[in-house]
Amino acid sequence: MRAIGMVLAGGNSRRIKELTKNRAVAALPIAGNYRSIDFALSSMTNSHVQNVAVFTQYNARSLTEHLSSSKWWDFGRKQGGLTIFTPSITDDNNLWFRGTADAMHQNLAFLKNSHEPYVIIASGDGVYKLDYAKVLEYHIEKQADITVVVHDMPEGFPADRYGCVKMDQKNRIIEFEQKPIVAPSNTVSCGIYIIRRRHLIELIEKCAEEDRHDFVSDIIVRYRDIKAIYGYKLDTYWSNIASLEDYYRTNMDFLKRDVRYFFMMDHPIVYTKVDDLPPAKINSGSNIKNSLIASGSIINGAVEDSLVFKKTFVGNNCYIKNSIILNDVYIADNTHIENCIVESHSTIRSNYYHKCEQGVDVISETGDRFLM
Amino acid sequence: MIKKEMIAMLLAGGQGSRLGVLTTSMAKPAVPFGGRYRIIDFPLSNCINSGIDTVGVLTQYQPLRLNTHIGIGIPWDLDRNIGGVTVLPPFERNINTDWYTGTANAIYQNIEYMESFNPDYVLILSGDHIYKMDYEVMLDFHKKKKASVTIAVMPVPMEEASRFGIVVADEDKRITEFQEKPKDPRSNLASMGIYIFSWKTLREALIANADQPNLDFGKHVIPYCHEKKRKIFAYEFNSYWKDVGTLHSYWEANMELVDIVPEFNLYEEYWKIYTKSQAIPPTYVGNEAYIERTIVGERTGIYGKVFGSVLGCDVIVGEGTEIRDSIIMNGVRIGKGCLVEKAIVAEDVEIGDNVRLGMGDEAENDTRPDIYNHGLVTIGEKSIIPDGVSVGKNPVVSGRFTTADFPDGILPSGSTLIRGGEKR
Repeated sequence: MRAIGMVLAGGNSRRIKELTKNRAVAALPIAGNYRSIDFALSSMTNSHVQNVAVFTQYNARSLTEHLSSSKWWDFGRKQGGLTIFTPSITDDNNLWFRGTADAMHQNLAFLKNSHEPYVIIASGDGVYKLDYAKVLEYHIEKQADITVVVHDMPEGFPADRYGCVKMDQKNRIIEFEQKPIVAPSNTVSCGIYIIRRRHLIELIEKCAEEDRHDFVSDIIVRYRDIKAIYGYKLDTYWSNIASLEDYYRTNMDFLKRDVRYFFMMDHPIVYTKVDDLPPAKINSGSNIKNSLIASGSIINGAVEDSLVFKKTFVGNNCYIKNSIILNDVYIADNTHIENCIVESHSTIRSNYYHKCEQGVDVISETGDRFLM
Repeated sequence: MIKKEMIAMLLAGGQGSRLGVLTTSMAKPAVPFGGRYRIIDFPLSNCINSGIDTVGVLTQYQPLRLNTHIGIGIPWDLDRNIGGVTVLPPFERNINTDWYTGTANAIYQNIEYMESFNPDYVLILSGDHIYKMDYEVMLDFHKKKKASVTIAVMPVPMEEASRFGIVVADEDKRITEFQEKPKDPRSNLASMGIYIFSWKTLREALIANADQPNLDFGKHVIPYCHEKKRKIFAYEFNSYWKDVGTLHSYWEANMELVDIVPEFNLYEEYWKIYTKSQAIPPTYVGNEAYIERTIVGERTGIYGKVFGSVLGCDVIVGEGTEIRDSIIMNGVRIGKGCLVEKAIVAEDVEIGDNVRLGMGDEAENDTRPDIYNHGLVTIGEKSIIPDGVSVGKNPVVSGRFTTADFPDGILPSGSTLIRGGEKR
């Protein structure tokens, strides 16, 4: 592969509320066993990108833990592999990453010391599968300065969360508006870009001179008229975790057969950290319908239209519906949970009742745990 | 100079012929167990959990599956700069080339491997038992007793003692006598086939007995050490230990895992069992499914009913199918409307729609009643069972079949239907 990869995983989102209190968006658990960054990293490794940098900043602990070994994505290489960059104090800098472009500028040595001619930039919060090699081919064919991967959203999507683009007939991007109030089109940027490495270094250095720090607004949007920026349409599943609703909906999408097969069965699959958990155990009195059950879980109650993540215990006579139970949750007997997300490591006492009437609630409870 | 205090030698070359078609194309240690594991995962995980990072795995019979499973030892953190896991097959030499002719002969042929680590102690393990054991505690015992050899033993019911190799020990746990399958046992301590040798003792005993045909630990090396008045001690182990040598004991050990709190608990955090996993995604349970007393590996899709069974990874159970008291290994596809009872279905088997397994009356297996018994249905790996057939009890089926192979769509109890060995 003639490109290096950069995954921007430093962002925080207040729209995801409680769930990002203790973790970066890129570390959000998805579909039972993944974290959101797995999709970008797996696409990198499946496209044979061998040298990948991850930029982290906010709440990096759980993300760093997840990336504790690069084996899982086949990045345990002598040549290249996975590198994690966090802001660090140096002689000429004592600031945080002030934006995505600044993050790259502070680690410009990584870009300069590589020898691959292209750079793939991806965000760590997209749920998708993409062969970046195809995007690169397209980029070269179009003789583009920058290629932006775009996706068509369904009607009535909330445009104010996305970068909206308008393309001409040759797919050249003629308009790019960050988080507009009214969407100029239903095509949005997926936050995945391809650019020539030397060109990127030039642009980043220029940006830094002008004291600008954001890759999207200060490079893509600012240069959209003078650079040849093309859109590459990603027409398979794509979802961005930008709000609590997005998070809930994206997870629930995995109950659909086509989405599940696309990510979990169809080659190449998405990789994630291996936890060495025992098989899921389903005891008498349980009743599971249309749900995903991850390994290490023990189920004794009823679970319907829900996702049960790893190492979760569901007690006797429980009823869980339309909910997402994150990792290592203990749910005691006679509990009723409906339309909720239960935060990791929660302990729900027995006879607990929570039904969210509108939207979705996040439950985070701590308490003593009585082990079996 | 490289120095490891204790290294382990894991004997994984045996066929385990009493497991019938399950070991046609893999050695017994590679046979799947408990949904997502293989038998060898238990001793290998015990090693790394006990702080042993150098393990030689001796292979001989059908080693491909073991080799691909072990690889460079990543799942067990046995990929090391120095030591780690090494697969040791028999090899050709200038003179006296031979297969591994016995357990101790296999170890003897790898003296050079052991020597390269300059060990103080060598742990000898076999790759066919299910248990969790801290070998470090056993080593502490060995050191405290200043032993030359320590044999792990476990108490068995006195009336069953005559089935085992029995050791008789004094109050200090020093072994005074060995009895191999004795008629009137004088003790109920059975040898588990797990030994710690002080390196000098082992080396000397192996070289002294090198010309003994079929050199075996239980039959030759241990008696030799006893004769030479070496200090041999019995280390008593009182926890779960299961020999899964026969199809019935293998089936039973799997079935015990679905108990509410199984005697052998895989859910303990501090003694994890590691394995190479092909799949990590969760298991999907469909709208019409019903599951009870079952453990399920990853990425399985259950659309039917499952009771008291052990399911591996990547299994599909079709709609309207009912599975009871069965072991369904990785990659098995079961169609719609099937009824499966007390079956052991090996990896990557395809079962069509409306198939019935384990139906009708008991009848003794017509070729190997000593292997296929207790009413179990055994299906060999990669078999194809066509739509609509009904299979009785105690049968063994292995191969790719069509409806024509089942007259009247029936395979009576006790039948043997094996088609294999074709050149590919």
